[in-house]
Amino acid sequence: MNADQTPLIEFSQVTKFYGRGTAGFQALRGVDLSIAAGDFVAIMGPSGSGKSTAMNILGCLDIPSSGSYLFQGVPVEQLDRNQRALLRRTYLGFVFQGFNLLARTTAQENVELPLLYRGEKRGARHQAAQAALKSVGLEGFAHHTPAELSGGQQQRVAIARAIVTRPQVLLADEPTGNLDSQTSNEIMQLLTELNHELGITVVMVTHEPDMAEYARRVIHFRDGRVERLQHNGGRD
Amino acid sequence: MWSTLLLALREIRRNVLRSFLTMLGIVIGVAAVITMVTLGKGATQAIADQVSSLGSNLLIVRPGQRLGPGATSAAPPFKMADVVAIQEQVSLVRSIAPTVARGMTIVAGARNWSTTVTGSTNAWLSTGSWQLAAGREFSDAEERGGQAVCIIGETVRRELFGGQDPLGLSIRVKGFSCEVIGLLVSKGQSAFGSDQDDTLVMPLKTAQRRITGSQDISALRISVQDEAAIDQAKRQITLLLRERRNITDNEDDNFSVLDTRQITETLSSTTKVMTTLLGAVAAVSLLVGGIGIMNIMLVSVTERTREIGIRLAIGALEREVLLQFLIEAVVLSSLGGIIGIGLATAASIGLAAVMQLPYLFDPAINVLSFLFSAAIGVIFGYFPARRAAQLDPIDALRHE
Ligand SMILES: Nc1ncnc2c1ncn2[C@@H]1O[C@H](COP(=O)(O)OP(=O)(O)OP(=O)(O)O)[C@@H](O)[C@H]1O
Ligand SMILES: [Mg+2]
Repeated sequence: MNADQTPLIEFSQVTKFYGRGTAGFQALRGVDLSIAAGDFVAIMGPSGSGKSTAMNILGCLDIPSSGSYLFQGVPVEQLDRNQRALLRRTYLGFVFQGFNLLARTTAQENVELPLLYRGEKRGARHQAAQAALKSVGLEGFAHHTPAELSGGQQQRVAIARAIVTRPQVLLADEPTGNLDSQTSNEIMQLLTELNHELGITVVMVTHEPDMAEYARRVIHFRDGRVERLQHNGGRD
Repeated sequence: MWSTLLLALREIRRNVLRSFLTMLGIVIGVAAVITMVTLGKGATQAIADQVSSLGSNLLIVRPGQRLGPGATSAAPPFKMADVVAIQEQVSLVRSIAPTVARGMTIVAGARNWSTTVTGSTNAWLSTGSWQLAAGREFSDAEERGGQAVCIIGETVRRELFGGQDPLGLSIRVKGFSCEVIGLLVSKGQSAFGSDQDDTLVMPLKTAQRRITGSQDISALRISVQDEAAIDQAKRQITLLLRERRNITDNEDDNFSVLDTRQITETLSSTTKVMTTLLGAVAAVSLLVGGIGIMNIMLVSVTERTREIGIRLAIGALEREVLLQFLIEAVVLSSLGGIIGIGLATAASIGLAAVMQLPYLFDPAINVLSFLFSAAIGVIFGYFPARRAAQLDPIDALRHE
């Protein structure tokens, strides 16, 4: 799967500065990284090391203060808000830190949401959402609202919502953050499956080395820099 | 677009009570505006009907200039010679009813009743578009001889005779007894709010001799041949009366000639002013309703910051979020408009019945109010919607 040599994601000297002057904070201090299509990457690092900041830029939610980010060869920092939104809805799937499902909205409706913005027809939306819920093992829960689901189930709805559009890249910020190890392992297996079977590129932030084990590569962050890269040969 | 509409409806349904309370301002505003305008129209129509029931091509000539309602400047009354002169010299005049009138208490048997006693001729009936329900007009002999006979209105009949047939019975008026020879068809309330049926008419001579005790005539009711000629007739009568009353060119008239159209205009201009004022007050409540919508939408945007963040992060475009909130506001306000229209229809029909006014459905004001309420949604929804659309997805997601 690493045969494709043009990287899907390429950071070169990406910095991110929050705020202004002395009151500001340099969250990223020149990050270089490249991720190929089909890869499964975990990002690790101490709290405050810039993982979420990097993920936001990766996900085209934010742009670098300096440096360049090429997504499929497109310089993202030169795109405006709407162009980045279009990029997100077309190529990216998000699993946010915390579940971030729409409250008082059924699992089905939550999963259909990205399709709604893509302008898919009602029937197609319905089918795709059903299929996505099935693939995360939640067939029977389509009409439950988040309040009626367990944490693990909510996280799986979030994953279903992220993959329902068949994105090229799945970005997950601490997808197992609030879950017990049993559920965490189930979620990781799900991500691995999606990576293997659908060829979705997965980039995931985690604190737990056990979870990082599932990834093919681990990128360690420290103080806004990439500290080291690690390859998990065995799991492939 | 369609899916955005569904989304908005879903959001409104999700919070029914709040949505309803938000709409309430618009509902009340729209209902008030439409009810005011509808009732105002009804009132104007009622006045027009009533005034035309006075007789369509009617001129009323009184001595003195009307200074305001009821008040007149002192001026000599008319005499019979004036009536004859107008009759002979103004060809456009069809008939003239010279009248005198007094408010007094009349008695029949054990009952008494205060009413207006008018002395006039048979022309009083035709100029006032009165029909006889029973009995007959005055005979020539009765008019000429000033005999004690009278024609009464429905109210007088009811108050003095109850269920009895009044014809041939007698009524005591200021110490003399007069025989009822006719009963008028009921006309009901006048535009002025007075009861037109509360009347008693006797021959002019009878009234002059036995009640006023002079040859004076206090008003002339003149019906003109043709409605189109009314202005011309008015001019001719004015000229003639000025001459007869020796008014020099630089003096003002010491009498007034009113036509029914003028009366209608005066009265309906009063109701129009009222309608406009009340309508303006109601429009202010619409504005307040709009501000209510803006307020709730702003609260809603703050409350749903996370939701907006999710939508934006997932790939909603700015204008899609803007549209979602704008449509929500417009749906809310126009739903309020629709409910308001329903309420106004019910209220107008009910109030029109209570106030004895005709109910006139006015499509223009209904359509206008609906469009206005929708517009309020757009105007007052835009600011909150734009605020939602311009949220930064990362900040929004982190909210709470
Ligand atoms: N919007 C912001 N404004 C100012 N500073 C920010 C902002 N977002 C992040 N930071 C700062 O940037 C640094 C990196 O934050 P980031 O969220 O990327 O850390 P993280 O590696 O994801 O940490 P954690 O593991 O706790 O999630 C932190 O010190 C944080 O205070
Ligand atoms: Mg983080």
